[in-house]
Amino acid sequence: MKYLDEYRDCETAKKIAAKIAESATQPWTIMEICGGQTHAIMRYGIQDLLPDGIELLHGPGCPVCVTPLGKIDAAIALARRPDVILCSFGDMLRVPGSATDLLTVRAQGADVRIVYSPLDALTVAAENPDRQIVFFAIGFETTAPPNAMAIFQAARQNLTNYSALVSQVLVPPAIEAILSHDEARVQAFLAAGHVCTITGSAEYLPIAARYHVPIAVTGFEPLDILDGILECVRQLEAGEATVRNCYARSARDDGNPTARSILETVFEPAAQTWRGIGEIPQSGLVLRAEYAQFDAEQRFGLNGGTVPEPAECIAGEVLQGRCKPTACTAFGTRCTPDSPLGAPMVSDEGACAAYYRFRRVAL
Amino acid sequence: MCLAIPGRIIELTETDPLLRAGRVSFGGIVKTVNLAFTPEAQVDDHVLVHVGFAISTIDEDEAARIFDTFEELGEFQEPLP
Repeated sequence: MKYLDEYRDCETAKKIAAKIAESATQPWTIMEICGGQTHAIMRYGIQDLLPDGIELLHGPGCPVCVTPLGKIDAAIALARRPDVILCSFGDMLRVPGSATDLLTVRAQGADVRIVYSPLDALTVAAENPDRQIVFFAIGFETTAPPNAMAIFQAARQNLTNYSALVSQVLVPPAIEAILSHDEARVQAFLAAGHVCTITGSAEYLPIAARYHVPIAVTGFEPLDILDGILECVRQLEAGEATVRNCYARSARDDGNPTARSILETVFEPAAQTWRGIGEIPQSGLVLRAEYAQFDAEQRFGLNGGTVPEPAECIAGEVLQGRCKPTACTAFGTRCTPDSPLGAPMVSDEGACAAYYRFRRVAL
Repeated sequence: MCLAIPGRIIELTETDPLLRAGRVSFGGIVKTVNLAFTPEAQVDDHVLVHVGFAISTIDEDEAARIFDTFEELGEFQEPLP
């Protein structure tokens, strides 16, 4: 497919990798934020193309992984109500809640439907006027405008049987949380190209300056990722720390103002709990007061609050780049994609699942 | 989760700015896509599609940049005669 296949070209990949090896005179540690990038790095063996000193750490950019346990439990409680149809992206169904998961409650008779787009959930609402349709609205800045648009349309159509269980997260506050940690090892970031397609790159300028870290806005194909790494290495070697857009075919410097205006009409920033990490100020989105009637937690009197995690799961350390998935005592044994202890083993974009799926060593 | 797939717009089907939509071909598989966030996108443009919404129109010149850069690099790396 055009704009995909050419960015997987092996010969160009080798040229960029050679340039990285030529540029790097000392070890550097770079974090890719987005789980989609983690998946591509493992799938295409990108770490193996890099010189020994360049280490990739995997960041928290997997919304399935960071959706707090309390929200999963709230989704399960809603799905069990006979008057509710719960609509969700497919990845969320196997994420373990405190006691069970959505796939299991669906097998027990709950009406849980996998949708591709939030607009599909609106269609389900229009087709089922006597049922309450709850859409599990998760995602980063990329997914926030589509989720906002569905709520905006529900308001416009006066739909009284549509609501959203919201767990929206934002990238820049998470980067700051990682960098302000005492044991922070990250020296440069690959910022998520599709998040920046919506937001632009302005929000990253103060972070690059304050923490003196290079940030490369990076795409998702192997050549894009290598190009982002090369830009980070170039800046690190030169002692620079600025934001450079390496994904300009999609991400404009000012992002997508049309998408942002719907996002900002419907949502506003608020504190958000990240699964395994904890609460980060101003790192989430909640419905504005004008749209609060579409908030599923308010409508059904739920509170997706804090619920403790299983003790053995080190997802929080993995999500912040402090541990590799293979450091976990349960990796590949008590925790597998078929029977996950923690969310990063569920989603294809979770670091644990990516390591499990593309591992090159016997367990 | 933030996955977005490039596809080519083959037809515009709805022009109300908030409901703007079109048929988009992904290597031959055609789906209806909401184009409200890409008011500039026209037939034959490539858009990046995420959860049923086009989030950007692909800039052809920028798309070629990486190849231009590294083709030059390859030339410089050829052994001198």
